[in-house]
Amino acid sequence: MLRAAAFTGIAAVHAAIAAPPLSLDALMDMLRREKPATVRFNETRQMALLDRPLESSGELTFTPPDRLEKRTTSPGSERLVVEGDTLVMERAGRKQTASLRQWPQVAAMLEGIRATLAGDGPRLQQVYRVTLDGDAGAWRLVLVPRDAEVAKMVARVTLGGVQGSVRRVEVDQPDGDRSLMQIAPAGR
Amino acid sequence: MSASRCRAAVALAAWLVVLAACAVQIAHTRFVADLSSFLPTAPTAEQRLLVDQLRDGALSRVMLLGIEGADARVRAELSRAVATTLRQDARFSIVANGAADGFAAERDFVVAHRYALSPRVNAERFTVQGLRAAIGDTLDLLASSAGLLVKPLVARDPTGETLAVLESLQGGQAPRVLQGVWSDGEGRRAVLLARTRASGSDVDAQAAALAAVQRAFDAAVASVGANARETRIGVTGPGAFSARSRTLVKGDVARLSTLATAAVATMLLVVYRSPLALLLGLLPVVTGAVVGIAAVSAGFGLVHGITLGFGATLIGEAVDYAIYLFVQSGERGRDADAVALRGFWPTIRLGVLTSIAGFCALVFSGLPGLAQLGVYSIAGLVAAALVTRYVLPVLLPANFRVRDLSVAGARVAALARRLRRLAPWILVLAAAALALLAWRGDDAWDGDIASLNPISERDRALDARLRSALGASDARYMVVIRGSSADAAIAGAERVGVALDALVEARTLEGYESPARFVPSLATQRARLASLPDAATLRSRLAQALQGLPLRADRLEPFIAEVAAARDVPPITPDALEGTAFAAPVKGTLFRDANGTWTALMGLRLPRASLVDPRALRAAVLGTGVQGATFLDVKAELDRLYAGYLQQALLMSGLGLAVIVALLAIALRDAQRVARVMVPLAAGVAVVAAGHVLLGTRLSILHLMGLLLVVAVGSNYALFLDRIGLGAGATETTLASLVLANATTVASFGMLALSSIPVLSALGSTVAAGAFLTLVFSAAFAAPAPVDAPNP
Repeated sequence: MLRAAAFTGIAAVHAAIAAPPLSLDALMDMLRREKPATVRFNETRQMALLDRPLESSGELTFTPPDRLEKRTTSPGSERLVVEGDTLVMERAGRKQTASLRQWPQVAAMLEGIRATLAGDGPRLQQVYRVTLDGDAGAWRLVLVPRDAEVAKMVARVTLGGVQGSVRRVEVDQPDGDRSLMQIAPAGR
Repeated sequence: MSASRCRAAVALAAWLVVLAACAVQIAHTRFVADLSSFLPTAPTAEQRLLVDQLRDGALSRVMLLGIEGADARVRAELSRAVATTLRQDARFSIVANGAADGFAAERDFVVAHRYALSPRVNAERFTVQGLRAAIGDTLDLLASSAGLLVKPLVARDPTGETLAVLESLQGGQAPRVLQGVWSDGEGRRAVLLARTRASGSDVDAQAAALAAVQRAFDAAVASVGANARETRIGVTGPGAFSARSRTLVKGDVARLSTLATAAVATMLLVVYRSPLALLLGLLPVVTGAVVGIAAVSAGFGLVHGITLGFGATLIGEAVDYAIYLFVQSGERGRDADAVALRGFWPTIRLGVLTSIAGFCALVFSGLPGLAQLGVYSIAGLVAAALVTRYVLPVLLPANFRVRDLSVAGARVAALARRLRRLAPWILVLAAAALALLAWRGDDAWDGDIASLNPISERDRALDARLRSALGASDARYMVVIRGSSADAAIAGAERVGVALDALVEARTLEGYESPARFVPSLATQRARLASLPDAATLRSRLAQALQGLPLRADRLEPFIAEVAAARDVPPITPDALEGTAFAAPVKGTLFRDANGTWTALMGLRLPRASLVDPRALRAAVLGTGVQGATFLDVKAELDRLYAGYLQQALLMSGLGLAVIVALLAIALRDAQRVARVMVPLAAGVAVVAAGHVLLGTRLSILHLMGLLLVVAVGSNYALFLDRIGLGAGATETTLASLVLANATTVASFGMLALSSIPVLSALGSTVAAGAFLTLVFSAAFAAPAPVDAPNP
């Protein structure tokens, strides 16, 4: 018993000291292994147009390989489901279906989040130039769109997380507007 | 001798003169191919509008394309390639596949005219509270997932009118989009919508457009490569259907009539032993056809393709005339003119009169198409009979003798004797058939005009699926608003639209199409623009409205400027849409007729699998009290039209039957003989009709035509058998000629019965079975005298 505890302690210390730099592959592995779960989000949008940020919150569910559902409960209720190429938005009793191809900017932004959650490195790199820093305990993934048209709307998507779970998503727009989504396990 | 030679010369000369006159008439004839000119001259204004719409209207120009097979990505690629090709094709005025690219002109138009177009613009909207509520909604949207898309317009349009207009133009559920292009609900097909420039009734142009679609698709498949090999394109729509049905009917008629002609020619050649006689035997038919076409052309001003196709079939009886003449005169050798015709001609004459009485039912049926067929048949039969009587004997080669049929005839006579025992059973069978028909009553007849449609169930199902995928009205329920000007019609459509909106809200309706969405009435536009405040007022209201909201008034200067400018923009007219994709739907639903009346059409879309009571829809529309507004249940109206004409045709057939009986009574002067002729005919008709009903076929107007033909052909059998029964002719050869004539009829119509096209197989099976039965029945009822105890 004691020996086991000591071993764990040593391992932890060892890990802390060595803190090997995290590779993208390793991160994607961790993300892939993460069990599907519903998480809560809080989103803050800052726009030059507005004096103060807009807040919204709700729940997010990711189901591998490619289904992302975002249920906003405040300020209004809204449900957004992205699956494959199809985007379904329900808002104020109205349901609208669209293809991601129709909205390349939205598609790129969603793809950044979705491919990260799915641990799909190649897909991510197809849409973005990807840089990663930090270690398994606290990593930061910076995504810069490759497509010029998309870049007019989205300058950068930054994701941060711990191990296999994403904790924040930051979107920076070229005009200086930005949004920050903070994520926490549900049912806290 | 010289007198007879002189008569022959006169007959020949008269024949040639008539042929030449007919040729001149035909040369000046307009031939039309579209099915709709076969449609009735509609009695009411609504039905006329309906028929016009079906023939030339916007609805007739819609073509729906569905690409299936492979995966969504490949289908989308094909959809894009096909759309690109067809957009460069002058045959199409619009090709849409849901790809969002290339709609800049439309977006600019909506943004520029948003205050005239938005259904939400009114004085209330621009009060302090109204502004606050509308801007609050926009801020909610900004916070939502769609925020990224809304943001660029907020400073110009903080009340969200652009979105309101786009939503209203969509008129309900937008089609599903997969891989950037429209798809059906199940995601199994890419869907495109095209409009042809030519009207749906221009079958040649529709066929060309159809071919262009197929070529574009084939090229797209070739360019996409191996992945696309397993894909197919399906094209539906009124024009595509009429083009395809023409091809189908043409193909089947050509194939089957070639087969039938070969079979009949072989039979006749075996009997005549003379190719020249075979050709001469065609003279009555050919003359009949020429005279028939000329008569229709003279009487109607134009000749329908269907008349040409079916007409020749209807005077097929004329082939029999030559058979009767050749076989029956052959037995007497050279003296045909003098002797054989003495018994032959009165019988043929009576047969022709009987047929005319039957075909009169078609002439007076009220359906122009059937009337054409009736006139064609009557003129054709008279001409054919006259040629058989006066021209053929002159032209027949001197040494002409058909194969001796007396041996075969004797066998037939023996068989006919045995048939007589069947007479009571035939009566029982006929009684049972009549009872069945009486019991089924109107149910035996198919009042659904679709029963005439050669388009397969599969194509119709595909059409329904593509329409529902696009949220396109299936043109089943429509509201028609007529007005003295475009604006009056639009204003009416707007008011009806208010009632329809309530039905959409209640989910009774899924949506509807209206030209007023693209071009609101002048009054509405003016009212909307007049409700816009001036810059100073708006600025001060905004200052109040924005209190407590995160949006600052000074950010909204573009909004204030654009609202002020919008107040002075003149209202949109239909012409303003030119150059945008909105022009086509407006042209299709807002048009002027020849006498200057404007019509606005609103297609209603019902929820899938719903049992909507059309009466409720009608009540809702009429409840608006809009003048000139009518609710149209297109299918019910068409069915009513068709059923009315079917009824009329049936009534006329009944009258025709009475005339036939009267004719026979006058000619035969003997009730028993009249019965001997009429009973087999009536029994044959009843048994064939009952047979169809027993097999689950509902009788259509084509069956009725077939039955009239049975009477026409069968009356000759009955009359000849009646005559030999009286011992007036050479029994065995006459019998043989009847069997030969019957065999040719059964062979040619039997071929037609094999067609996969309902109209053709209906006609074929009815006539083949009917002709055979009437011969058997006529033999069974023939008088016993010469058959049992031949004259010495």
